[in-house]
Amino acid sequence: MLGANLIILIPVLPILCFALIALAGKRYFPKACGALATLTLLTSFCLSLMVAYQYFFVVGNVGGVFQKIVPVKMTWLEFSPGVSIDMGILLDPISVMMIVIVTFISLMVHIYSLGYMKGEERYATYYSFLCLFTFSMLGLVLSTNIFQIYVFWELVGVSSFLLIGYYFDKPSAVAASKKAFIVTRFADLGFLIGILVLAFYAKTLDFQELIMRLTTQGSYLTSMMSASFLGITALSWGLALVFIGGAGKSAMFPLHIWLPDAMEGPTPVSALIHAATMVVAGVFLVARLFPIYAISGQDVLHFITYVGLFSSFFAAIIACTQTDIKRVLAYSTMSQIGYMMFSLGVSGYGGEEGLGFMASMFHLFTHAMFKALLFLGAGAVIHYVNSNEMKDMGGLRKKMPITHITFLLACLAISGIPPFAGFFSKEEILQAAWQHDKIVFVVAIITAAITAFYMFRLYFTIFWTKDFQSHAAHDAHGTAGHHDDQHGEGPATMMFPLMLLALLAVIAGMVPFSKLVTSDGKPLITEFHPTFSIAPVLLAAIGILIAMRMYKKENQGPQKFADSVKTLYISAYHKFYIDELYIFVTKKVLFNLVGRPVAWFDRNIVDGTMNLMAYVTGEISFSIRKMQSGKLQQYAAYFFVGVIGFVLIFVFRK
Amino acid sequence: MNAIGLNQILFLSTILFFIGVYGFLTRRNMITMLMSVELLLNSVNLNFIAFNKYLFPGKLDGIFFSLFIITIAAAEAAVAIAIIINLYRNHKSIDIDEADVMKY
Repeated sequence: MLGANLIILIPVLPILCFALIALAGKRYFPKACGALATLTLLTSFCLSLMVAYQYFFVVGNVGGVFQKIVPVKMTWLEFSPGVSIDMGILLDPISVMMIVIVTFISLMVHIYSLGYMKGEERYATYYSFLCLFTFSMLGLVLSTNIFQIYVFWELVGVSSFLLIGYYFDKPSAVAASKKAFIVTRFADLGFLIGILVLAFYAKTLDFQELIMRLTTQGSYLTSMMSASFLGITALSWGLALVFIGGAGKSAMFPLHIWLPDAMEGPTPVSALIHAATMVVAGVFLVARLFPIYAISGQDVLHFITYVGLFSSFFAAIIACTQTDIKRVLAYSTMSQIGYMMFSLGVSGYGGEEGLGFMASMFHLFTHAMFKALLFLGAGAVIHYVNSNEMKDMGGLRKKMPITHITFLLACLAISGIPPFAGFFSKEEILQAAWQHDKIVFVVAIITAAITAFYMFRLYFTIFWTKDFQSHAAHDAHGTAGHHDDQHGEGPATMMFPLMLLALLAVIAGMVPFSKLVTSDGKPLITEFHPTFSIAPVLLAAIGILIAMRMYKKENQGPQKFADSVKTLYISAYHKFYIDELYIFVTKKVLFNLVGRPVAWFDRNIVDGTMNLMAYVTGEISFSIRKMQSGKLQQYAAYFFVGVIGFVLIFVFRK
Repeated sequence: MNAIGLNQILFLSTILFFIGVYGFLTRRNMITMLMSVELLLNSVNLNFIAFNKYLFPGKLDGIFFSLFIITIAAAEAAVAIAIIINLYRNHKSIDIDEADVMKY
């Protein structure tokens, strides 16, 4: 049986480790903090594996259906009977899957950072932030209550802010961390309002109650469907607002602008937060409330489909033109999360209809593996070359054999080439899209081809193209110049996670997901259609071949191609000017139309009232200040006159 | 010759009181002011004794009060003189008009 104490340890261990490092570790044993945090995460990971085993194979499955189990639940704040904020743990297939992913990727990143961050000045601080993040993310996925998820949601946002701004002496990192925080906070406002709308009508904050009340016909659902605002029902508003919160964290268009900038953080952090765990929180949120979306909120689900689809396609185009390798990966992350989103969108609830849900969760799982691998590989390359720019790389395959092979495997996995993980999950998504909506399918399959193209563009420019030589930047450093020849690929702590993740990127697709994680807990029978996979695989292969032709050897091809579609290329290179649009809207429109009048009002009306009051008081005080003469006898005389006055009043009152 | 009644005593104490007030408000010398305060206290003492004797002859409350006042007056004189001495050390003067630093 599952011990509640053991389960609670999974999120609690990292927060204890955070407290220990932050309070004592930084001062007394800064060198040992990395090892301490890694061991903590190892314990957490082992516990989550145990819980997953117990859940999936021993206690979770009752009569062929996976149950929702709540081993721990405490009421934290009670507003009225039934409406309370609880802190607890909810185990169901998606949360169990998520704790395994989060602890595993976090463990890999911890091990990797032992090598990557070695010698950093704020090494201990870095590990304490990592632990804080892991705790928040685990709390988020285990939440039983929609308000609990909101609390952890914000904690995740804060730890992400801290980690992006880790190099706080770099102005670009500071700007990026602020941008990430403000954009996601803005989206979280929508989330909060959504929570309040849902809770107002459903009279509960508990997930299971909420889902039950809003999916079965009854007074709650009717009242929510009948109330409307601007012609849209309260239910749709609530669900759409909650989705906006999710879209902010998951970098869906148009709230994606923070994700590429977030790459200013250390690379392992990008692997953990901005690829494998935090950014899928939005997908997780929609999945958590999925029955409501699928049964009562079909219109919102369509909205999610198109937002996801557009983000996916849009990000794929931008990714083809970026030259910073981490930014390419950031856009590819956005594109893959778009995949997960629209896959949820094309799904129904229960039975065969639930294919999209299963596919989305499956893709979340495999994506976590290969995307973390890609980022960690990119980290190794950056560590070696000391630059993020593609033009400084090329021909690294002989210098970094392990990184080269693992990166290639990850690229094959993300492109959806048959035996690798990404193939299986992408296949399920495409099938779900095919069954539901042909337009979605067509766009998705084109996106898949573009994905293959830009991933291999990245791969070939890093590892082939030309022979690697210490580039100009190094020569400029002169004799101080770097470690290229001395330090090789990187220490074993960096290579081990790469190899383990590469192994998983190859075999993760074999996990029988359709039997474990489905929308209604019942196993789903999926059929494998070899004929169906021909088109996507062929398109991916074409994408790879084009990339190979253009980037394997240094040539004029890419330049010519870019020139032939100049407008598109330049606008994609500038990320379609979304950032500029935001700047325009905030600086020009908001500041001038809202900010200025409000500032005027504040300065003249609010401050004016206060100044007037102060002025009047000052004037009166000034005119009577002579009374305070410092002469004791004068005061005594005032007092005496006063007493006489009172006596007269009392005597002659009548 | 009439026996001395309550009114006469109250009249005396009132005169004493106003002499004290006058002294307190007009003298410059702090020692003299202190003496004026003693006059005020004594006039109150007289009142207590008189009321006790004429209105409540069986009780001792007024007498006790006057005893308290005498005690307090002694303590007050000690404190006041200590203050005056300190003031003298700092200002070389016990003129009340010169001790007006605490003002607007």
